[in-house]
Amino acid sequence: MSIEIRNIHKRFGDFTALDNVNLTVESGELVALLGPSGCGKTTLLRIIAGLETPDAGRVLFGGEDATHTHVSERQVGFVFQHYALFRHMTVFDNVAFGLSVRPRKVRPSKEEIRDKVMKLLKLVQLDWLADAYPGQLSGGQRQRIALARSLAVEPKVLLLDEPFGALDAKVRKDLRRWLRELHDEIHVTSVFVTHDQEEALEVSDRVVVMDHGRIEQVGAPDDIYEHPASPFVTQFLGDVNLFHGRVDGAHLTIGDYAHPLAAPPGEGQALAYVRPHDLIVSRAADDALASGTVEHIHAVGPLVRIEVATGDGQTLEAVLAKEVFRELAILPGESVFLKPRKVSVFLADGDYSI
Amino acid sequence: MKLLNRQHSVLPGFGLSFGLTLFWLLLIVLLPFAALVLKTADMGWAAFVDTVSAERVVASLKLSFGAAGVAAAINIVMGFLLAWVLVRYPFPGKRLVDALVDLPFALPTAVAGIALTTLYAPNGWLGQHLVPLGLKVAFTPLGIVVALTFVSLPFVVRTVQPVLEDLEKELEEAASCLGASRFQIFRRVIFPATVPALITGGAMAFARATGEFGSVIFIAGNIPLVSEIAPLIIISKLDQYDYLGATAVAVVMLALSFVLLFAINAIQWWASRRHGGKR
Amino acid sequence: MSDVSSRATAEAAWVRVALTTLALAFVALFLLVPLAAVFWEAFSKGWQLYVDSLTEPEAWSAIKLTLLTAAFAVPLNLVFGVAAAWAIARFEFRGKSFLVTLIDLPFSVSPVVAGLMYMLLFGAQGWLGPWLAEHDVKIVFAVPGIVLATVFVTFPFVARELIPLMQAQGADEEQAAMVLGASGWQTFWRVTLPNVKWGLLYGVILTNARAMGEFGAVSVVSGHIRGETNTIPLHVEILYNEYNFVGAFACASLLAFLALLTLVVKSLVEWKIARAQAASLNRTREARLASA
Repeated sequence: MSIEIRNIHKRFGDFTALDNVNLTVESGELVALLGPSGCGKTTLLRIIAGLETPDAGRVLFGGEDATHTHVSERQVGFVFQHYALFRHMTVFDNVAFGLSVRPRKVRPSKEEIRDKVMKLLKLVQLDWLADAYPGQLSGGQRQRIALARSLAVEPKVLLLDEPFGALDAKVRKDLRRWLRELHDEIHVTSVFVTHDQEEALEVSDRVVVMDHGRIEQVGAPDDIYEHPASPFVTQFLGDVNLFHGRVDGAHLTIGDYAHPLAAPPGEGQALAYVRPHDLIVSRAADDALASGTVEHIHAVGPLVRIEVATGDGQTLEAVLAKEVFRELAILPGESVFLKPRKVSVFLADGDYSI
Repeated sequence: MKLLNRQHSVLPGFGLSFGLTLFWLLLIVLLPFAALVLKTADMGWAAFVDTVSAERVVASLKLSFGAAGVAAAINIVMGFLLAWVLVRYPFPGKRLVDALVDLPFALPTAVAGIALTTLYAPNGWLGQHLVPLGLKVAFTPLGIVVALTFVSLPFVVRTVQPVLEDLEKELEEAASCLGASRFQIFRRVIFPATVPALITGGAMAFARATGEFGSVIFIAGNIPLVSEIAPLIIISKLDQYDYLGATAVAVVMLALSFVLLFAINAIQWWASRRHGGKR
Repeated sequence: MSDVSSRATAEAAWVRVALTTLALAFVALFLLVPLAAVFWEAFSKGWQLYVDSLTEPEAWSAIKLTLLTAAFAVPLNLVFGVAAAWAIARFEFRGKSFLVTLIDLPFSVSPVVAGLMYMLLFGAQGWLGPWLAEHDVKIVFAVPGIVLATVFVTFPFVARELIPLMQAQGADEEQAAMVLGASGWQTFWRVTLPNVKWGLLYGVILTNARAMGEFGAVSVVSGHIRGETNTIPLHVEILYNEYNFVGAFACASLLAFLALLTLVVKSLVEWKIARAQAASLNRTREARLASA
């Protein structure tokens, strides 16, 4: 079932949580809402669920207006950030809840409910915990039970609020992969909220980047990472080095350095972003963007991170593969030159909101 | 944003629960209050002043509020000590003592009244040892203080206890590392943190004690001008069908307690702002 | 709290012993001795006289009236308390803190003044007095007045127990139930109520203790008609003033026993709540350790 969000506005007192948001989620897609805290992503998710009412705008499920459908009739699955498992019920009763509260006429029989619940518990690989209480489970287990509970009512769409937010790094990673696999298996239209760009890029089919109540960019993870549409998206998706320069014609100039642009954004003052792994470190001065003294070298793992202090007090960061680093054999205190492999350029006074 | 999100608008039943609350509040609390206000309005200003400035009434109001003040002061000191010992020091029977602190909430005041009177009467368990020392408790204002201390005992303990429990050990350890002595730590780190709770607890104890009746009438002796409390004046005026007089005294009592509660709320608001942000 | 870890932040041993002794002496003098005195006096003339004091007709009628009063006041305030807690803990609305203040109001009103207010409303010289007399409805000096005064003084207990509890628990579970298709009543009965049952029980038991033990307010509206409008506390007063100490303390011991029962239930409830919280906390910690 597809979800369409049209011209949604939402304010809390003086705070604008959502400012004219439009978005379409295709049937069967897994979409991530990504942004810093306060950007409106959770509010948007709750509006889709029907837990909040928008001040203006419409929500359509499969082309039909659901804006005024009450949450208990919207047939959505919602996984709360802190799971919201019913603490006085067993795992079984938690998962069975949605079926057992149906009106008698449409309620499945006890046996059907049991079969269904056990099937779901098997799906989340926790059927052995059916008689346990939520208080006895680990965070990751609670998360999976919350998911099973939301799936029991066969929701048209599945909504997850920071599904891995409260978990440890390792559990988080396992669950991420597991959610991806589960989605590939059941293929229900899913939207999840996260502030972790790695999570969004790794799990989802499409990423929606939000800031200040507006959508900054929508696209496939790879597309967003390689072609960020605004300075905000560029910075939010990972570490960057910032340079100030000018665009004239088809060239970006930063001091004496000139970089050819295939698609110049216009003319004038510009912000240029270079990711650390797109900076080439060398001892040769030719064609360098910047130069400086090596301050720190962090050589743990397959990648080596080098901090370079430039003459004007800026600290630049470069990341290179260990083999490249070994060949160069740089030491702290040495002077080096930096050259960009790839630059993202934005006009300084541009408007990038969509 | 999390905070603003807490508009639980999807849950139903607001109209029903709010309506029921308002209806019950109107019927049980506000309607009787209205009756009191109307009756007061019936009374001329001169008659009102006459009634409440009578010597017996003034003495009783002074006694009620004075004894309540002394009892609250005792409970602020002893309540803090009790809370401190319950939180910090291990001793056998701690759970029992902790449970017993709530006894004055659970024990009917009349029962407390007769028990205390029997104990402190000149021939009682405690009275027979105190009277030879020149300490007459029963049938004197001192007895009133004892009874009021009893009924308002749990308030300070129960407001200070959670604050002491939540106090971070690290604060004290940090102060200790910085060279503060144990007493300095208490005076400058621990005690200030408990001040808002002490004020709240003391205010609640005071408010409870000013209106107390059941436990006091037995031990007070009810001697006019000496040990007659304000609620008793109201009762005796009612017994003489002097509804207006009773109302006048009640209005003064209510006004005094409201003014005091308001002042204490203001102090508390100021204190929590000063120590602000902490919780 | 182990001695070793807290050495840097603990008092000298003599200070601890002195403070503990002082505190325990205070508890013994002000709480334990009066409680013991009640039972001591009640049984001072033997078991037979104790039983006789409780079974004589006037005592028996006081017991029945007290039970009747509680049977009205407790359920009424239970329903009100739950409704108030639902409105206050689950919704945002203007004037909420004012409403909370109004609910707390009966706590800051002297019971005697509370009784007086009902006299002014329903008494012979009261606001509705003439109308009530005309229609032959008796409220003050009768059971309805006693129930009303009792409802007034026990008004805030249930709401005050539930509101902080429900606010602390948040509405997540209820929202989850709604998303899963539950109706409002289903959510209330199957999610809200089981989660607050212990707090609710404590509120009810406090209401009950106060309802059965209220003296000041009931004293004003009861009229002290022996065998008719005397509750146990009022009966205790009469017996005591007649120097029938065994009778007075025998009835008082019933109320003291009720108070002890209240304390036991309270401790039990606190233990239950603490255990539930500790369990979920421990689990989270274990899970974190296991995955680290």
